Amino acid sequence: MKARVHIFYKDSVFDPQGNTVQHSLQQLGFQQASSVRIGKVIDVEVQSATHDEAKKLAEKMCETLLVNPVMESFQVEILD
Amino acid sequence: MKSAPKAAVITFPGSNCDSDCVYGLEIMGFEVTALWHKDKPSLAEYDLVVLPGGFSYGDYLRCGAIAALAPIQEQVHKHAEQGKLVLGICNGFQILCEMGLLPGGLVRNQKMKFLSTDVCLKVENEDSPWTSASQRGDVWKLPIAHGDGRFVCEEKELATIKDKGQVLLRYCDAKGNVSKEFNLNGATDAIAGIKNVRGNVFGLMPHPERATDLRSGDGRFIWKSILSTLGEKAV
Repeated sequence: MKARVHIFYKDSVFDPQGNTVQHSLQQLGFQQASSVRIGKVIDVEVQSATHDEAKKLAEKMCETLLVNPVMESFQVEILD
Repeated sequence: MKSAPKAAVITFPGSNCDSDCVYGLEIMGFEVTALWHKDKPSLAEYDLVVLPGGFSYGDYLRCGAIAALAPIQEQVHKHAEQGKLVLGICNGFQILCEMGLLPGGLVRNQKMKFLSTDVCLKVENEDSPWTSASQRGDVWKLPIAHGDGRFVCEEKELATIKDKGQVLLRYCDAKGNVSKEFNLNGATDAIAGIKNVRGNVFGLMPHPERATDLRSGDGRFIWKSILSTLGEKAV
């Protein structure tokens, strides 16, 4: 099964990419776009018996390498 | 000192400032050994370990994230735990933060541009093996070359860093005034370089090895500070 990790800068960290894209969207006429944050998605194929096991494994990977909790927050979802 | 102080400079795949570090340290009188990230020798014989600048692992995932877990880092952690000197320059600073040897982290420059220019730095604290050759308030000129040099940390952590005198260098103007205008990458509190609480680990975004020889020469203050620290201990 696949562990999909969504990673964003924490809210307290200014996201210059997101900010730039927000301005671009507004210049293109999307005035309704008030905030843009750009994150990343990491898909990891894991061999696990259960969703729970896969999630725990993915979270361990996040703690070890995939995420830096100093400036990032994350969410894990398991896809079949 | 009976023999030359010994320094080790570690190269990771993608490091590109290692040669300059070796050169700069050698002309300042260090005996330098170049090590590869996969080496796992004891670092006991070295007085100083340097993590140089560059783009280790292409800055993939996060700057310095993968280098932080390289085989040699077990020995670097040990070296730091023993209170011995570890210096991280630019990508090296990023690696030290990822290793947890320094607080905070480095993220994309505020204006999204890669900055390659000289900056002025205010020495905030001369009580360290890295700045003892200077005095608080002195202004150094060093080059920067980075796209991800914006220092960030939580407010609580920032209060601690400031409280414990861990901030060694801040971006400033030529007269030593710290302001938003001269904080080019938008670093929290204009922080350019910090040490750990113990003081034996130091990370900075600017490049002292590029200001040791032909340029302003202010990089020499760091090397002289280290040399005098080691000299004191040798006696």
